[in-house]
Order: sequence, then structure tokens, then C-alpha cells
Amino acid sequence: MTSSLTAPDNATPASETVHADYPEDSASRHKASTIVLQGLEKRFGADTIALDGVDLTIDSGEFFTLLGPSGCGKTTLLRILAGLETPDGGRLLLGDKDITEIPPHRRSVNTVFQSYALFPHLSVRENLAFGLRMQGISEAERNRRVDDIADFIQLGPLIDRRVDQLSGGQRQRIALARALVCEPEVLLLDEPLSALDAGLRSQLQVELLRVQKRLGMTFVFVTHDQQEAMVMSDRIAVLDGGIIQQVGPPRDVYERPVNAFVARFMGHDNLYPVTNRDGSALMTDLGTLHLTTPPDGDLLLIRPETLDLLPGEQAGDNRLFGTVTECLYRGSHAEYRLEVGSTTMQATVRNCGGNLPAVGDRVTVVVSTDDLVTLNA
Amino acid sequence: MAYSGVLPSARSRAMVSESRHLLMTVAPGAVWIFIFLVLPSFYLMSVAFMTNGTYGLPEMPLSLESFKRLAGFGFLGWSAGNLFTLLRSLWQTVVSTGLVIIIAYPIAYYITTCREKWRPIMLLLVVVPSWTNQVIRTFGWMNLLAPGTPLAEFAQMLGLVPANMGLYPSNFAVTLGLVYNFLPFMVLPLYAAFEKLDHAQVQAAQDLYASPVRAFWHAVFPQTLPGLLAGIVLVAIPAFGMYVIPELLGGGKGMMLGNLVANQFSGGSNWPLGAAGAILMLIATFIGLYAMRRIGKRLGGGEEVVI
Repeated sequence: MTSSLTAPDNATPASETVHADYPEDSASRHKASTIVLQGLEKRFGADTIALDGVDLTIDSGEFFTLLGPSGCGKTTLLRILAGLETPDGGRLLLGDKDITEIPPHRRSVNTVFQSYALFPHLSVRENLAFGLRMQGISEAERNRRVDDIADFIQLGPLIDRRVDQLSGGQRQRIALARALVCEPEVLLLDEPLSALDAGLRSQLQVELLRVQKRLGMTFVFVTHDQQEAMVMSDRIAVLDGGIIQQVGPPRDVYERPVNAFVARFMGHDNLYPVTNRDGSALMTDLGTLHLTTPPDGDLLLIRPETLDLLPGEQAGDNRLFGTVTECLYRGSHAEYRLEVGSTTMQATVRNCGGNLPAVGDRVTVVVSTDDLVTLNA
Repeated sequence: MAYSGVLPSARSRAMVSESRHLLMTVAPGAVWIFIFLVLPSFYLMSVAFMTNGTYGLPEMPLSLESFKRLAGFGFLGWSAGNLFTLLRSLWQTVVSTGLVIIIAYPIAYYITTCREKWRPIMLLLVVVPSWTNQVIRTFGWMNLLAPGTPLAEFAQMLGLVPANMGLYPSNFAVTLGLVYNFLPFMVLPLYAAFEKLDHAQVQAAQDLYASPVRAFWHAVFPQTLPGLLAGIVLVAIPAFGMYVIPELLGGGKGMMLGNLVANQFSGGSNWPLGAAGAILMLIATFIGLYAMRRIGKRLGGGEEVVI
């Protein structure tokens, strides 16, 4: 019984599940393509507008994320890319080909479905070979490519199992391998990690990102989780009501949201209507703040992590005074809710070992004017 | 490790009491089946090997006379009549089962694509006709296919039947009656199979370069196989032995094995011959079931195929 205390030899650390040596020739064979969406429109029934004129260019080799709440049109957009849905208006270009009218089985685009949609009547190997078989690729070639991808994703002994014998994480990886083995120009992923628990989810996020960087394939990823979107993406498009609200790298979208919807969806709560302005000075319910650049928006965004808290009231430029009403201690940092002026605000303070204010304390909020953003409601 | 010596005997004692329990529950049914199914079956089989008496009742001595007659050897030498009846039964079974499959697939699939609250109603619509007595429904078809009805006149217009004739009695009418009668028995198991299917799998197949036809054949069809095989058993076996429909819609040239057997117990009065026919029917059914089982295993219906 003592031998069971020794870790089995084949245990691999979570961070090394993706093999580095996917055959070079296969990797270079992938031709990633640019996707251009022009004025895409889609309606369901008379009054449900799923997409309302979407223009977008997704660069080749990019990890591009469609982010938004449920019903924002992100899944519809992905299904149009896959060919499973036909747009009511607009055009869709893959490389320099117009593929708007091309049915799904003639598009060099593959999808990882949210439910994985593995075929339960086929073994894992047969599932992986399905796309190649439908393309009429010879059995020898099929086996070689399935073995390569199985090595690459490290499926190992799973390859001859039945699908119903697999766990959620294993299914997810097989769904990914089944799409990758076809070497599509674009890989579409429809919330592929949403059914997994948190630990497995972050492990597979890393794994997925490595696969994409390694293959240089264009990935279009759909999620409603802004954290996930920021971790994975080269660029994010935030959708709401069938309209693209903002497109940009994660930092842009998070730090400089263009409107209140994007700001709230990215998790910002410190939004204050501008009641009055005088040159670079802004009046809000918090008090008066000075901005380095002349403000143009009518809503002020203060990110909680850009704030600093000092004990007591210490006067100075761009300082606000408030009272701590709530404190969530998170170890590496602490989250505060403060009463400032006639309203409340949130502040996140890094735990550097110094004194952390307690509930009821009077504090000075130091606002860094470089990080203040105004936006349009 | 200490308890390992005790466990097996305790477990076996538990198993004995459990199996005794099970036996008590099963016994009344088993007795019933033995008295009213197994014993009569043996009686029927023995009848088949007896001689036909004066009034059609079985008499000693034992003989293979009825099997000879069933094979077509009568007083006037060999005739192909019975053989034709057997072949017609097989043919009608195969054709009507095939048609039922072709009609039931789209219906079952369509119902699964409907909104969830409509599905029970749609299924009800499929099943409701079978709540009416089969004889009455078959009489209904007689009225629909009789001479002078729109259907019959339309067929005359196309030159399919001679003037002043109806669409029945005919083999066509029998096929029609069988298809109509057995459709629900195919739709229900297929619906159950379709309902288990994740619709995303169809899309996944198309996404993986399968045309709609190939997506059905490679992704959908294999998964509906257990339902299809169950449906075939529910349709083909009763269709093979069907009595009412060929009796009313078939006429003299539409007779099936069921009618042949029935006639020996009533009008024709030759019990041993009827019993021999019944045995033939039983053997054919077992052969069919065995074939289905083999096909099911071959096509990979897996453990779900329990025939």
C-alpha cells in the first residue's frame, strides 16, 4: 500500500499538456486567412434583430474574441461564419473568396461546439477522422493525421475509447482535436470552456492559447466571460443588441471603454455622470476632479485599481475624502466600498504589507488623473 | 482483510433471499404464461403432426400430411397456391415495412424539431387513429377505395384500374392498409431515438464537410438504428401474420398467410393444416428476429439493440 504514495510516472504537470513538437510540415501547411464581414444583418422572426449591420475584419493568425451578454448576437455571428446560419444582408469574405452563400460543408472553417457535439456511435479515433473521411482523404493519410493530432493534444490512451466514457475536459479536448485535424483556415469556438469547472477551465485556457500560437491559425472565440476574453485574445469585439460596441486589444477595451455598456460589461462600477464642467475640471457627485486632457464625454470612469487610499484626511490636488463602508480582504489585495460625497465608489488596494484601512475609517482617496477616462453614455 | 472470509457467504445468503423474492414476484405471471401460452403452443404443434379428421378436427395417427399440403401437394397433385400466399406475405411485409420506414423517418424527425409543448400533441395525432378498432378503420379504407369514389375515379383517369372498378380488392389496397395501420409503431420508436440526438451533432457533421445527405447517413442514421430495429420488429412481425387487412382489402388474390391459417380453423376446416401454417409463421418470425439481431450488431447499434 505504501507504493501508492509515489506519484505515477505518467503524471504530467498541467502546464505541459500541449506537446511542443507537432510536425513542422503540418504546422506550416496551415494557411490562416483574413475574414472580412461587411454589413452583416440577421433577423429572427419579425422583431428579433440578432445582427444589425456588423462590419469587422479579423486578421490572419489572430485570436479574436466575440464578447457579450447572452442574446447579443455573438453566437449568431459565429454560426454565420460557420455557414450554419445565412445572413439576411451583407457579405462574408474568407481570404479573397466571397463565402456568404457557401454551405458549411464546403467551407474551410471548423467549429468547436459548446456541447462538443461528439458522435456517440463512433470511437474517439473515428470522431477525429470524421472530417477527413468526409473530405475523401485516404485511410493511410487519415490515420497519420489523427495520430499526429492525438500526440499534439496528448490524447494518448483515450484514442480507442468510446465517447461516453470520457470526462468533460477530455471531451473538450477531443472536440478541439476533431476540428484542428482538418487544418481549417479558421477555427471557430463557441463558448468551448463554459461547461467546465474553474480549475480545468483556466488550465484549458492556457492550453488553447498555446495551440493557437503554435499553429498560427485564426481563432474566433465566443464567450460571455470578460476575464476569459482578456486572458486569451489578441483583440476583442464587444457586442450588444446585434451591434459591435467596441473592437480592440484587451487593454484598450478594459482601460478605455467607449461607452457605458462596454465599461459595465468589462466589470467597471465606478461610473459617474458629469454634472458640470469648467475647462479641465469635472464636477460629479464625488466632487471636482481635474483631467490632464480636456474631457469630452459625459460619463466619468474611475478604475478601482488606479486609486490609492491614505489614512485620515490629507488635502491635495485630485483628492477625495470618504468613509470605508465595506472591506473584502482577498490576500494579495483588498476591495473597498467607500462613501464619497453624495455617492459611493469602489477601490482596490494592493496588500504591500502596510496598514489596510478598516470599516468605519476616514480615508483620503488619491485619484491618478492619467487614468481617468470620460465616455459617452 | 479480516472480513473477507465472512463476506462471500453473507453476500450469497443475501442473493438467495433476493432471488427467492424475485421468484415470488415473477411466479404468477410465469404460471399464467405457461398455462395459456406455452401449453397451447405445444398443443398446436402436436396438432400439426396429426391427421385431418372428417370434420376438420385432428385425429390420430401422427403424420406429416399437413406439411405436405402446406407445401402445395393436394389431391390433384402439386399447386403453387400456398407457396404464392407465403411469398405474397413476405413481399407485402417487406414492401409495407419499407414504405413505413420511408414515411416515418421525416415525421419522427419533424416532430423532434417542433417546440417542446407541441410535441406531445403531434405524437397524439400520430397515435390517435390506432385507438379506433382496426376492423372499423379497414372498412373506412374500403369506402375510400370503392368504385365511384374520387380516389378510384382518379386512378381510372390515369388508366391504373379498368372502368367501373375500385382500387380494392387488390394487393395495392392491402399494402396501403398495412402502411396506414403500422405507421405509428414505427414513428414512436424513431421519435424516441431522434429525441436523444443532440441537434448540434447534425451541424457538427455538416461543419466537418458532410453534405446534408452524408450528414444524415453517417451522423444521424446510425444513432437512430436502435429505434429503427425496434420499429421494424413492431411492424414486420404483426404485418406478416396480418389477418383483417388482407381479408377485407385483398380479395382472393390478396390472401396472406394469416388468412390461410384462419381459413383452416373456420371455413376450410383443417386444423392440422392451420397448425402447420401457424408453425411456419412462428419459424419465419424467429428467423426474422435473428436476422435483425445480427444486422443490429453488425451496424453497430451497440448494446442498445435489445431484440
